[in-house]
Amino acid sequence: MAEPTLTIVYFAWVREDVGRDEERIDRPSSDITVADLVAALAARGGGYAQALGDATKLRAALDQRFVPLETVIGEARELALFPPVTGG
Amino acid sequence: MKRVSIQPQDFDIAAELAALEALGGGGVASFTGVVRGEGGLIALELEHYPAMTQAQVDRIVEDALGRWPLLGVSVIHRFGRLEPGARIVFVGTASRHRTAALESCAFLIDWLKSHAPFWKKEHFGDGATAWVEARAEDDAKAKGWGG
Repeated sequence: MAEPTLTIVYFAWVREDVGRDEERIDRPSSDITVADLVAALAARGGGYAQALGDATKLRAALDQRFVPLETVIGEARELALFPPVTGG
Repeated sequence: MKRVSIQPQDFDIAAELAALEALGGGGVASFTGVVRGEGGLIALELEHYPAMTQAQVDRIVEDALGRWPLLGVSVIHRFGRLEPGARIVFVGTASRHRTAALESCAFLIDWLKSHAPFWKKEHFGDGATAWVEARAEDDAKAKGWGG
């Protein structure tokens, strides 16, 4: 049985624009993709629209694994949204 | 030997290299990344994804161990606020073969740049800040290793 909520964590300028580093939302239906959820979050407006309005600038991880934005969220517990990484 | 450390504090390169040399392979290669103080930069702030970073770097190291005959790999990546001249990252590899040591070291730093969940923010003397943008050429370098 999937958790009733999904945790979303944000990093770098996505975190700054959204204005928080983590939140929990009611679990979306199981066939929703990361891109679908990003669009729904961007529709909240304000910092969310600024951070998430252009999905081409975003990368994602589900349960701490990088995934393409077209990936179905399914029963993942944690979604991370962030810009392309710049380590090393 | 496999060592991965994600840490805020500095590290002792001589000790890291000595540990790799002690494996007896005869060949040790390393790369050290240092904060560049150009363009009025006063600090680089490294953010990471704590729940993911260690496991992801472990995967990258395992990948290197699967590709080259290595006796040892050490990866140290710092996070937090780092000033110009500070070490950011260390990659060290040990092997019986110099080609394996050198190539795997290059692979590891290329993959860390494009596959490890770190983000750099630049702080300048005039108070300005800017998130470092990923470079297409870094991505291309990582892709060049295949897989």
